[in-house]
Amino acid sequence: MNEKYSDRSGVEPADRHAGPGYSTLVAVWAALVALTGLLVLVSRAGQGAAVWGLLLITPLKASLVFYFFMHLKYEGLLLKTVLAVALCTLVVFFTLLFADTAFH
Amino acid sequence: MNLEAVLPHEHRDDFAGKLGMWLFLLTEILFFSGLFLCYSYLRAKYPADFHQAGSDMNVVLGVANTIVLLTSSLTLAAGIVAIQRRRRRLALGCVLATILLGLVFLVDKAVEWTAEIHHGLYPGASHLARQPPGVQVFFGLYYTMTGLHGLHVIAGISVLSVMAVWVARGRIEPDRPLALENSGLFWHLVDVVWIFLLPLFYLAA
Repeated sequence: MNEKYSDRSGVEPADRHAGPGYSTLVAVWAALVALTGLLVLVSRAGQGAAVWGLLLITPLKASLVFYFFMHLKYEGLLLKTVLAVALCTLVVFFTLLFADTAFH
Repeated sequence: MNLEAVLPHEHRDDFAGKLGMWLFLLTEILFFSGLFLCYSYLRAKYPADFHQAGSDMNVVLGVANTIVLLTSSLTLAAGIVAIQRRRRRLALGCVLATILLGLVFLVDKAVEWTAEIHHGLYPGASHLARQPPGVQVFFGLYYTMTGLHGLHVIAGISVLSVMAVWVARGRIEPDRPLALENSGLFWHLVDVVWIFLLPLFYLAA
């Protein structure tokens, strides 16, 4: 079955609510809990490890929520692009901030 | 005879409804991101003070609240699947469980704030005023960001309470669960914000 179900994706109405099932949702929840445990462990390993944990594990957890719980995986290109533009804007903000503070 | 002119026609555009909700969520993301930018700048400016302040945080309560919110996201996502599969009672149970978990989060947060205020760790307290400037800034950000997040949790619980009534009354239809889906999007975003707050404050030490 086609996984996309947005009204303008050309998918038939019967497929409009395709999305994750219960087992997928539970698996994602288990992964999120495990990653939380890993984040706590990594944060105990030292300042450098804590920063890397913050930069890698936290966005991964957020991505899982966006992708499965918020159904982004099953959305069309338009919604994904809108979100990507906003997130890229944020990356620019953070880059400009740290470029400023690093050479201030 | 033109039937379309005689039969009542319901205009609906679920995609537009969902796109509008996502645009609202983007404003929320940018709203919280301003605070995350403040945090990043001040942590880079006072790394030792943030490390010291982070040691005063209750990691167990922070992680427990994370598990509570992650579980609430699971129950709500499962509720949406249930309503789509025409299992209304299960969907109602899932939405009510989400509301209950949201309340548990707020009670947990209230217990935590009470303990911190009792220890003089709040803006304006004489104990905190004697601490280094970075520690004072840390707790200022902590109360601002977790407080704003808490307000969003309260808003989410309020919206989900309406959704629970709508599910119970059959107003959320299996082929048209947009209102419940959009409420879920808001709740999941509140969860994502907390996912970032955990390492910034509770694991800062």
